[in-house]
Amino acid sequence: MTDKSKEKSTEEWKPKIIAFLCNWCSYAGADLAGVSRIQYPPNIRVVRVPCTGRINPFFIIKSLAYGWDGILVSGCHPGDCHYISGNYIARRRFAILRDLMIFLGIEPERLNFTWVSAAEGERFAKIVRKTVENVKSVGPNKIFNKKW
Amino acid sequence: MVINIIDDIEKSIRETAKKLLEEKKVDLIIGYTKGSIPLRSGPCFITDASQTDMLVWNQSCDLNLAKYLAKNDNRKIGIISKGCVGRAIVHLIVEKQLNKENITIIGIPCEGVLNRAKIMVEIGDKEIIEANIEDNKIIIKGKDFNKTLPLQDYINQLCITCHYKIPPIFDIIIGNKKPEKPPKDDFKDLNEIESKSSNDKIEYFKKELNRCIRCYACREACPMCYCSLCFIDQNKPVWFGKTADISDNFIFHMIRAFHVAGRCVSCGTCSSVCPIGIDLNFITRKLEKIVKERFDFESGINLAAPPPMGTHKFDDKQEFMIEED
Repeated sequence: MTDKSKEKSTEEWKPKIIAFLCNWCSYAGADLAGVSRIQYPPNIRVVRVPCTGRINPFFIIKSLAYGWDGILVSGCHPGDCHYISGNYIARRRFAILRDLMIFLGIEPERLNFTWVSAAEGERFAKIVRKTVENVKSVGPNKIFNKKW
Repeated sequence: MVINIIDDIEKSIRETAKKLLEEKKVDLIIGYTKGSIPLRSGPCFITDASQTDMLVWNQSCDLNLAKYLAKNDNRKIGIISKGCVGRAIVHLIVEKQLNKENITIIGIPCEGVLNRAKIMVEIGDKEIIEANIEDNKIIIKGKDFNKTLPLQDYINQLCITCHYKIPPIFDIIIGNKKPEKPPKDDFKDLNEIESKSSNDKIEYFKKELNRCIRCYACREACPMCYCSLCFIDQNKPVWFGKTADISDNFIFHMIRAFHVAGRCVSCGTCSSVCPIGIDLNFITRKLEKIVKERFDFESGINLAAPPPMGTHKFDDKQEFMIEED
Protein backbone atom coordinates (compact mmCIF):
# COMPACT_ATOMS: atom_id res chain seq x y z
CA MET A 1 0.00 0.00 0.00
CA THR A 2 1.43 3.37 -0.92
CA ASP A 3 1.60 6.22 1.58
CA LYS A 4 -0.95 8.13 -0.38
CA SER A 5 -3.57 5.43 -0.20
CA LYS A 6 -2.84 4.97 3.54
CA GLU A 7 -3.60 8.62 4.10
CA LYS A 8 -6.72 8.25 2.09
CA SER A 9 -7.89 5.28 4.14
CA THR A 10 -7.43 7.12 7.46
CA GLU A 11 -9.26 10.08 6.01
CA GLU A 12 -12.12 7.88 5.07
CA TRP A 13 -12.39 6.13 8.42
CA LYS A 14 -15.94 6.34 9.58
CA PRO A 15 -16.78 5.38 13.14
CA LYS A 16 -19.24 2.60 13.74
CA ILE A 17 -21.48 3.44 16.64
CA ILE A 18 -24.00 1.15 18.27
CA ALA A 19 -27.05 2.95 19.60
CA PHE A 20 -29.36 1.48 22.23
CA LEU A 21 -32.64 3.38 21.99
CA CYS A 22 -35.63 2.92 24.23
CA ASN A 23 -38.81 1.90 22.47
CA TRP A 24 -41.07 4.60 23.89
CA CYS A 25 -39.06 7.80 23.55
CA SER A 26 -35.74 7.74 21.73
CA TYR A 27 -36.70 5.19 19.09
CA ALA A 28 -39.79 7.26 18.31
CA GLY A 29 -37.55 10.35 18.36
CA ALA A 30 -35.27 8.74 15.79
CA ASP A 31 -38.32 7.83 13.76
CA LEU A 32 -39.52 11.41 13.89
CA ALA A 33 -36.11 12.59 12.69
CA GLY A 34 -36.52 10.15 9.80
CA VAL A 35 -40.03 11.11 8.75
CA SER A 36 -39.18 14.80 9.16
CA ARG A 37 -36.25 14.26 6.74
CA ILE A 38 -33.69 15.65 9.14
CA GLN A 39 -30.17 14.79 8.02
CA TYR A 40 -27.81 13.10 10.47
CA PRO A 41 -24.63 11.04 10.01
CA PRO A 42 -25.24 7.42 8.97
CA ASN A 43 -22.70 6.03 11.46
CA ILE A 44 -25.14 4.65 13.99
CA ARG A 45 -26.71 1.21 14.06
CA VAL A 46 -29.81 1.13 16.19
CA VAL A 47 -30.80 -1.59 18.66
CA ARG A 48 -34.31 -1.14 19.98
CA VAL A 49 -34.77 -2.01 23.64
CA PRO A 50 -37.97 -1.83 25.70
CA CYS A 51 -36.44 0.57 28.21
CA THR A 52 -32.98 1.86 29.15
CA GLY A 53 -33.37 -0.22 32.29
CA ARG A 54 -33.24 -3.27 30.02
CA ILE A 55 -29.69 -2.50 28.97
CA ASN A 56 -27.33 -4.92 30.62
CA PRO A 57 -23.86 -3.37 31.10
CA PHE A 58 -22.69 -6.45 29.23
CA PHE A 59 -24.19 -5.04 26.02
CA ILE A 60 -21.97 -2.00 26.32
CA ILE A 61 -18.78 -3.74 27.36
CA LYS A 62 -19.19 -6.50 24.81
CA SER A 63 -19.87 -4.04 22.01
CA LEU A 64 -16.57 -2.32 22.75
CA ALA A 65 -14.78 -5.64 22.96
CA TYR A 66 -16.22 -6.67 19.60
CA GLY A 67 -14.73 -3.57 18.05
CA TRP A 68 -17.53 -1.01 17.91
CA ASP A 69 -15.97 2.42 18.04
CA GLY A 70 -18.53 4.05 20.27
CA ILE A 71 -21.74 3.63 22.23
CA LEU A 72 -24.85 5.76 22.34
CA VAL A 73 -27.51 5.03 24.91
CA SER A 74 -30.66 7.07 24.85
CA GLY A 75 -33.88 6.86 26.84
CA CYS A 76 -36.80 8.88 28.10
CA HIS A 77 -36.22 12.08 30.04
CA PRO A 78 -36.34 11.68 33.84
CA GLY A 79 -39.97 11.46 34.88
CA ASP A 80 -41.18 10.26 31.45
CA CYS A 81 -40.30 6.57 31.68
CA HIS A 82 -43.04 4.28 30.39
CA TYR A 83 -42.18 1.89 33.20
CA ILE A 84 -42.09 4.67 35.86
CA SER A 85 -38.51 4.24 37.08
CA GLY A 86 -36.52 2.29 34.46
CA ASN A 87 -34.45 5.27 33.40
CA TYR A 88 -33.57 6.25 36.99
CA ILE A 89 -32.17 2.80 37.61
CA ALA A 90 -30.33 2.93 34.29
CA ARG A 91 -28.89 6.33 35.18
CA ARG A 92 -27.30 4.98 38.37
CA ARG A 93 -26.01 1.98 36.47
CA PHE A 94 -24.43 4.09 33.74
CA ALA A 95 -22.90 6.49 36.24
CA ILE A 96 -21.01 3.66 37.92
CA LEU A 97 -20.23 1.85 34.66
CA ARG A 98 -18.89 5.00 33.04
CA ASP A 99 -16.67 5.92 36.01
CA LEU A 100 -15.33 2.38 36.16
CA MET A 101 -14.62 2.18 32.44
CA ILE A 102 -12.82 5.51 32.48
CA PHE A 103 -10.76 4.30 35.44
CA LEU A 104 -9.78 1.19 33.51
CA GLY A 105 -8.68 3.32 30.56
CA ILE A 106 -11.53 3.42 28.07
CA GLU A 107 -11.87 6.90 26.57
CA PRO A 108 -14.94 8.72 27.96
CA GLU A 109 -15.69 10.00 24.44
CA ARG A 110 -16.72 6.50 23.39
CA LEU A 111 -19.43 6.31 26.03
CA ASN A 112 -22.36 8.57 25.27
CA PHE A 113 -25.52 8.67 27.34
CA THR A 114 -28.42 11.00 26.77
CA TRP A 115 -32.17 11.54 26.97
CA VAL A 116 -34.30 12.11 23.84
CA SER A 117 -38.09 12.24 23.89
CA ALA A 118 -40.44 11.14 21.11
CA ALA A 119 -41.05 14.76 20.10
CA GLU A 120 -37.37 15.68 19.76
CA GLY A 121 -36.42 14.63 16.23
CA GLU A 122 -34.23 17.66 15.80
CA ARG A 123 -32.47 16.98 19.11
CA PHE A 124 -31.87 13.36 18.11
CA ALA A 125 -30.10 14.46 14.92
CA LYS A 126 -27.96 16.90 16.91
CA ILE A 127 -27.10 14.26 19.50
CA VAL A 128 -26.00 11.84 16.78
CA ARG A 129 -23.83 14.53 15.22
CA LYS A 130 -22.27 15.23 18.62
CA THR A 131 -21.69 11.53 19.27
CA VAL A 132 -20.00 10.99 15.93
CA GLU A 133 -17.82 14.05 16.60
CA ASN A 134 -16.89 12.65 20.04
CA VAL A 135 -16.00 9.22 18.73
CA LYS A 136 -14.04 10.64 15.77
CA SER A 137 -11.91 12.64 18.21
CA VAL A 138 -10.54 9.45 19.79
CA GLY A 139 -10.13 7.42 16.61
CA PRO A 140 -10.75 3.74 15.92
CA ASN A 141 -11.29 1.33 18.78
CA LYS A 142 -8.07 -0.60 19.32
CA ILE A 143 -8.60 -1.59 22.92
CA PHE A 144 -8.53 -5.31 22.23
CA ASN A 145 -6.45 -7.16 19.68
CA LYS A 146 -8.53 -10.29 19.49
CA LYS A 147 -9.86 -11.03 16.02
CA TRP A 148 -13.43 -12.13 16.20
CA MET B 1 3.80 -5.44 71.96
CA VAL B 2 1.49 -6.43 69.13
CA ILE B 3 2.03 -10.15 69.49
CA ASN B 4 0.76 -10.31 73.09
CA ILE B 5 -2.49 -8.61 72.22
CA ILE B 6 -3.04 -11.07 69.39
CA ASP B 7 -2.31 -14.01 71.73
CA ASP B 8 -4.84 -12.67 74.22
CA ILE B 9 -7.48 -12.29 71.52
CA GLU B 10 -6.83 -15.83 70.34
CA LYS B 11 -7.25 -17.12 73.88
CA SER B 12 -10.50 -15.27 74.46
CA ILE B 13 -11.85 -16.38 71.05
CA ARG B 14 -11.33 -20.01 72.11
CA GLU B 15 -12.91 -19.42 75.51
CA THR B 16 -15.90 -17.59 74.06
CA ALA B 17 -16.45 -20.25 71.41
CA LYS B 18 -16.24 -23.00 74.01
CA LYS B 19 -18.72 -21.22 76.28
CA LEU B 20 -21.21 -20.62 73.48
CA LEU B 21 -21.08 -24.25 72.35
CA GLU B 22 -21.34 -25.64 75.87
CA GLU B 23 -24.29 -23.42 76.72
CA LYS B 24 -25.92 -24.51 73.44
CA LYS B 25 -26.38 -20.91 72.37
CA VAL B 26 -24.94 -21.81 68.97
CA ASP B 27 -24.80 -25.04 66.98
CA LEU B 28 -21.77 -24.10 64.95
CA ILE B 29 -18.79 -21.80 65.24
CA ILE B 30 -17.13 -20.51 62.08
CA GLY B 31 -13.60 -19.31 62.63
CA TYR B 32 -10.04 -19.34 61.33
CA THR B 33 -7.68 -22.24 61.68
CA LYS B 34 -4.04 -22.79 60.80
CA GLY B 35 -3.40 -23.25 57.10
CA SER B 36 -1.46 -26.11 55.55
CA ILE B 37 1.41 -23.84 54.53
CA PRO B 38 3.09 -21.00 56.45
CA LEU B 39 1.41 -17.58 56.42
CA ARG B 40 -1.88 -19.07 55.33
CA SER B 41 -5.05 -19.70 57.30
CA GLY B 42 -8.24 -21.52 56.45
CA PRO B 43 -11.81 -21.57 57.65
CA CYS B 44 -12.92 -24.09 60.26
CA PHE B 45 -16.36 -25.21 61.34
CA ILE B 46 -16.67 -26.35 64.92
CA THR B 47 -19.66 -28.15 66.40
CA ASP B 48 -17.92 -29.77 69.37
CA ALA B 49 -16.73 -27.72 72.36
CA SER B 50 -13.61 -29.87 72.70
CA GLN B 51 -12.34 -28.77 69.29
CA THR B 52 -12.18 -25.05 70.00
CA ASP B 53 -8.39 -25.13 70.33
CA MET B 54 -8.29 -25.27 66.54
CA LEU B 55 -9.27 -21.61 66.39
CA VAL B 56 -6.50 -19.14 65.66
CA TRP B 57 -6.23 -15.42 65.14
CA ASN B 58 -3.21 -13.77 63.54
CA GLN B 59 -2.20 -11.57 60.64
CA SER B 60 -2.63 -14.33 58.08
CA CYS B 61 -6.41 -14.60 58.67
CA ASP B 62 -7.35 -12.96 55.39
CA LEU B 63 -10.48 -14.84 54.30
CA ASN B 64 -13.92 -13.29 54.66
CA LEU B 65 -15.87 -15.82 56.72
CA ALA B 66 -19.24 -14.32 55.77
CA LYS B 67 -18.88 -16.34 52.56
CA TYR B 68 -19.69 -19.50 54.53
CA LEU B 69 -23.07 -18.32 55.81
CA ALA B 70 -25.77 -19.89 53.68
CA LYS B 71 -29.19 -18.43 53.03
CA ASN B 72 -31.27 -21.47 53.93
CA ASP B 73 -29.24 -22.57 56.92
CA ASN B 74 -31.48 -22.65 59.99
CA ARG B 75 -28.80 -23.56 62.49
CA LYS B 76 -27.66 -21.05 65.08
CA ILE B 77 -24.24 -19.92 63.97
CA GLY B 78 -21.53 -18.06 65.84
CA ILE B 79 -19.06 -16.35 63.55
CA ILE B 80 -15.67 -14.85 64.37
CA SER B 81 -15.87 -11.42 62.75
CA LYS B 82 -13.22 -8.86 62.09
CA GLY B 83 -14.48 -5.52 60.78
CA CYS B 84 -14.97 -6.51 57.14
CA VAL B 85 -16.66 -9.82 57.99
CA GLY B 86 -19.13 -7.86 60.11
CA ARG B 87 -19.72 -5.43 57.25
CA ALA B 88 -20.34 -8.30 54.83
CA ILE B 89 -22.88 -9.83 57.24
CA VAL B 90 -24.69 -6.51 57.60
CA HIS B 91 -24.87 -6.06 53.85
CA LEU B 92 -26.08 -9.62 53.32
CA ILE B 93 -28.83 -8.96 55.89
CA VAL B 94 -29.75 -5.75 54.00
CA GLU B 95 -29.99 -7.82 50.80
CA LYS B 96 -32.19 -10.32 52.67
CA GLN B 97 -29.74 -13.18 52.23
CA LEU B 98 -29.36 -13.89 55.95
CA ASN B 99 -31.55 -14.00 58.99
CA LYS B 100 -30.02 -11.91 61.75
CA GLU B 101 -31.64 -13.98 64.50
CA ASN B 102 -29.65 -17.06 63.55
CA ILE B 103 -26.29 -15.36 63.68
CA THR B 104 -24.18 -14.54 66.71
CA ILE B 105 -21.45 -12.13 65.72
CA ILE B 106 -18.30 -12.46 67.82
CA GLY B 107 -16.49 -9.22 67.06
CA ILE B 108 -12.71 -8.99 67.23
CA PRO B 109 -10.55 -5.92 66.60
CA CYS B 110 -8.38 -6.28 63.50
CA GLU B 111 -5.19 -4.37 62.82
CA GLY B 112 -4.89 -5.49 59.21
CA VAL B 113 -3.92 -8.75 57.56
CA LEU B 114 -0.93 -9.69 55.44
CA ASN B 115 -0.98 -9.72 51.69
CA ARG B 116 0.79 -12.95 50.93
CA ALA B 117 1.12 -12.10 47.24
CA LYS B 118 3.38 -9.17 48.12
CA ILE B 119 5.64 -11.45 50.15
CA MET B 120 5.78 -13.99 47.32
CA VAL B 121 6.82 -11.27 44.90
CA GLU B 122 9.64 -10.35 47.32
CA ILE B 123 10.78 -13.95 47.75
CA GLY B 124 10.34 -15.20 44.21
CA ASP B 125 10.01 -18.87 43.39
CA LYS B 126 11.51 -20.15 46.64
CA GLU B 127 9.40 -22.06 49.12
CA ILE B 128 8.68 -20.81 52.63
CA ILE B 129 9.19 -23.55 55.21
CA GLU B 130 8.65 -21.56 58.37
CA ALA B 131 7.38 -18.08 59.10
CA ASN B 132 6.91 -16.14 62.30
CA ILE B 133 5.58 -12.71 63.06
CA GLU B 134 7.36 -11.02 65.97
CA ASP B 135 7.72 -7.40 67.00
CA ASN B 136 6.29 -6.01 63.76
CA LYS B 137 8.65 -8.15 61.70
CA ILE B 138 8.02 -11.15 59.50
CA ILE B 139 10.78 -13.71 59.87
CA ILE B 140 10.82 -16.15 56.97
CA LYS B 141 12.87 -19.30 56.76
CA GLY B 142 13.32 -21.33 53.59
CA LYS B 143 15.53 -24.14 52.36
CA ASP B 144 18.66 -22.06 52.08
CA PHE B 145 17.61 -18.54 52.88
CA ASN B 146 16.45 -16.41 55.78
CA LYS B 147 14.65 -13.15 55.42
CA THR B 148 13.28 -10.53 57.80
CA LEU B 149 10.67 -8.19 56.40
CA PRO B 150 8.97 -5.23 58.09
CA LEU B 151 5.33 -6.15 58.80
CA GLN B 152 4.03 -2.67 58.00
CA ASP B 153 5.03 -2.87 54.32
CA TYR B 154 3.22 -6.14 53.70
CA ILE B 155 -0.18 -5.32 55.18
CA ASN B 156 -3.00 -5.47 52.63
CA GLN B 157 -3.57 -2.15 50.89
CA LEU B 158 -7.24 -2.06 51.89
CA CYS B 159 -6.42 -2.67 55.56
CA ILE B 160 -4.29 0.48 55.62
CA THR B 161 -7.26 2.58 54.49
CA CYS B 162 -9.83 0.53 56.46
CA HIS B 163 -12.15 2.52 58.76
CA TYR B 164 -13.90 -0.35 60.46
CA LYS B 165 -11.57 -2.37 62.65
CA ILE B 166 -14.50 -3.92 64.55
CA PRO B 167 -17.87 -5.03 63.08
CA PRO B 168 -20.57 -2.34 62.92
CA ILE B 169 -22.94 -4.67 64.79
CA PHE B 170 -21.97 -7.45 67.20
CA ASP B 171 -23.38 -9.64 69.95
CA ILE B 172 -20.11 -10.28 71.76
CA ILE B 173 -16.97 -8.21 71.46
CA ILE B 174 -13.48 -9.35 72.35
CA GLY B 175 -10.75 -6.89 73.24
CA ASN B 176 -10.76 -3.20 72.56
CA LYS B 177 -14.32 -1.90 72.26
CA LYS B 178 -13.80 1.63 71.06
CA PRO B 179 -11.30 2.08 68.26
CA GLU B 180 -10.09 5.60 67.51
CA LYS B 181 -12.15 7.45 64.97
CA PRO B 182 -10.14 7.35 61.76
CA PRO B 183 -9.41 10.45 59.65
CA LYS B 184 -11.66 11.20 56.69
CA ASP B 185 -10.95 9.01 53.68
CA ASP B 186 -9.58 11.07 50.80
CA PHE B 187 -8.77 8.21 48.38
CA LYS B 188 -5.25 9.58 47.92
CA ASP B 189 -3.93 6.15 46.98
CA LEU B 190 -5.92 6.26 43.73
CA ASN B 191 -4.43 9.55 42.53
CA GLU B 192 -1.48 7.92 40.84
CA ILE B 193 -3.59 5.78 38.51
CA GLU B 194 -6.34 8.35 38.00
CA SER B 195 -3.89 10.99 36.81
CA LYS B 196 -2.60 8.76 34.00
CA SER B 197 -3.84 9.12 30.42
CA SER B 198 -6.43 6.67 29.06
CA ASN B 199 -3.75 4.93 27.06
CA ASP B 200 -1.41 4.45 30.02
CA LYS B 201 -4.29 3.27 32.20
CA ILE B 202 -5.41 0.61 29.76
CA GLU B 203 -1.83 -0.53 29.20
CA TYR B 204 -1.36 -0.83 32.98
CA PHE B 205 -4.53 -2.85 33.49
CA LYS B 206 -3.88 -4.98 30.43
CA LYS B 207 -0.47 -5.83 31.84
CA GLU B 208 -2.03 -6.74 35.21
CA LEU B 209 -5.03 -8.64 33.88
CA ASN B 210 -3.07 -10.46 31.19
CA ARG B 211 -1.63 -12.63 33.96
CA CYS B 212 -5.08 -13.81 35.04
CA ILE B 213 -5.51 -17.57 34.54
CA ARG B 214 -9.28 -17.39 35.14
CA CYS B 215 -9.34 -19.72 38.12
CA TYR B 216 -12.24 -17.65 39.54
CA ALA B 217 -10.75 -17.76 43.04
CA CYS B 218 -11.75 -14.10 43.42
CA ARG B 219 -15.36 -14.98 42.78
CA GLU B 220 -15.28 -18.03 45.03
CA ALA B 221 -13.84 -16.06 47.95
CA CYS B 222 -16.06 -12.99 47.61
CA PRO B 223 -18.78 -12.85 50.30
CA MET B 224 -20.99 -10.83 47.95
CA CYS B 225 -20.94 -13.38 45.11
CA TYR B 226 -23.93 -15.50 46.09
CA CYS B 227 -25.82 -15.77 42.76
CA SER B 228 -26.98 -19.32 42.21
CA LEU B 229 -25.94 -19.03 38.56
CA CYS B 230 -23.00 -16.76 37.89
CA PHE B 231 -22.74 -14.97 34.53
CA ILE B 232 -19.48 -16.84 33.96
CA ASP B 233 -21.13 -20.24 34.12
CA GLN B 234 -24.17 -19.25 32.12
CA ASN B 235 -24.27 -20.82 28.67
CA LYS B 236 -27.60 -19.58 27.41
CA PRO B 237 -26.53 -17.07 26.22
CA VAL B 238 -22.78 -17.35 26.44
CA TRP B 239 -21.93 -13.84 27.51
CA PHE B 240 -18.27 -13.96 26.73
CA GLY B 241 -15.43 -16.29 25.76
CA LYS B 242 -13.84 -18.66 28.24
CA THR B 243 -10.29 -18.10 27.05
CA ALA B 244 -7.56 -16.36 29.02
CA ASP B 245 -7.20 -13.85 26.18
CA ILE B 246 -6.95 -10.26 27.36
CA SER B 247 -10.32 -9.25 25.90
CA ASP B 248 -12.12 -12.01 27.80
CA ASN B 249 -10.12 -11.33 30.96
CA PHE B 250 -10.91 -7.67 30.73
CA ILE B 251 -14.64 -8.27 30.31
CA PHE B 252 -14.62 -10.73 33.20
CA HIS B 253 -12.91 -8.38 35.62
CA MET B 254 -14.96 -5.42 34.47
CA ILE B 255 -18.29 -7.19 34.98
CA ARG B 256 -17.20 -8.83 38.21
CA ALA B 257 -16.28 -5.41 39.55
CA PHE B 258 -19.55 -3.95 38.29
CA HIS B 259 -21.55 -6.67 40.00
CA VAL B 260 -20.09 -5.80 43.39
CA ALA B 261 -20.42 -2.03 42.94
CA GLY B 262 -22.18 -0.55 45.96
CA ARG B 263 -21.97 -3.92 47.69
CA CYS B 264 -18.24 -4.51 48.04
CA VAL B 265 -17.16 -4.29 51.68
CA SER B 266 -13.46 -3.77 50.87
CA CYS B 267 -12.17 -6.86 52.64
CA GLY B 268 -9.44 -7.42 50.05
CA THR B 269 -10.04 -11.16 50.00
CA CYS B 270 -10.22 -11.28 46.19
CA SER B 271 -6.69 -9.99 45.86
CA SER B 272 -5.22 -12.04 48.69
CA VAL B 273 -6.56 -15.34 47.32
CA CYS B 274 -5.29 -14.64 43.80
CA PRO B 275 -2.69 -17.29 43.00
CA ILE B 276 -0.96 -14.99 40.52
CA GLY B 277 -1.00 -11.98 42.83
CA ILE B 278 -3.02 -9.61 40.67
CA ASP B 279 -3.74 -6.52 42.72
CA LEU B 280 -7.52 -6.25 42.44
CA ASN B 281 -7.57 -3.79 45.34
CA PHE B 282 -7.35 -0.84 42.99
CA ILE B 283 -10.65 -1.70 41.33
CA THR B 284 -12.24 -2.30 44.72
CA ARG B 285 -11.02 1.04 46.02
CA LYS B 286 -12.29 2.82 42.94
CA LEU B 287 -15.75 1.29 43.38
CA GLU B 288 -15.77 2.42 46.99
CA LYS B 289 -14.89 5.92 45.83
CA ILE B 290 -17.51 6.05 43.07
CA VAL B 291 -20.31 4.91 45.37
CA LYS B 292 -19.21 7.19 48.21
CA GLU B 293 -18.98 10.26 45.99
CA ARG B 294 -22.03 9.69 43.85
CA PHE B 295 -24.50 8.18 46.27
CA ASP B 296 -22.91 8.90 49.67
CA PHE B 297 -23.20 5.25 50.59
CA GLU B 298 -20.91 2.85 52.39
CA SER B 299 -21.87 -0.79 52.23
CA GLY B 300 -22.35 -2.88 55.32
CA ILE B 301 -22.58 -0.07 57.87
CA ASN B 302 -26.26 0.60 58.29
CA LEU B 303 -28.98 -2.04 58.48
CA ALA B 304 -31.62 0.49 57.40
CA ALA B 305 -29.89 1.99 54.32
CA PRO B 306 -31.04 0.48 51.01
CA PRO B 307 -28.27 -0.57 48.60
CA PRO B 308 -27.57 2.15 45.99
CA MET B 309 -28.24 -0.06 42.97
CA GLY B 310 -31.63 -1.03 44.36
CA THR B 311 -32.92 2.47 44.80
CA HIS B 312 -32.91 5.81 42.96
CA LYS B 313 -33.53 9.50 43.39
CA PHE B 314 -35.09 11.98 41.01
CA ASP B 315 -32.12 14.33 41.36
CA ASP B 316 -29.22 11.90 41.00
CA LYS B 317 -26.22 13.58 39.41
CA GLN B 318 -26.25 13.31 35.61
CA GLU B 319 -23.36 15.55 34.61
CA PHE B 320 -22.10 12.86 32.21
CA MET B 321 -25.13 13.07 29.89
CA ILE B 322 -24.23 14.59 26.54
CA GLU B 323 -26.16 17.63 25.39
CA GLU B 324 -26.73 19.14 21.96
CA ASP B 325 -24.76 22.34 21.38
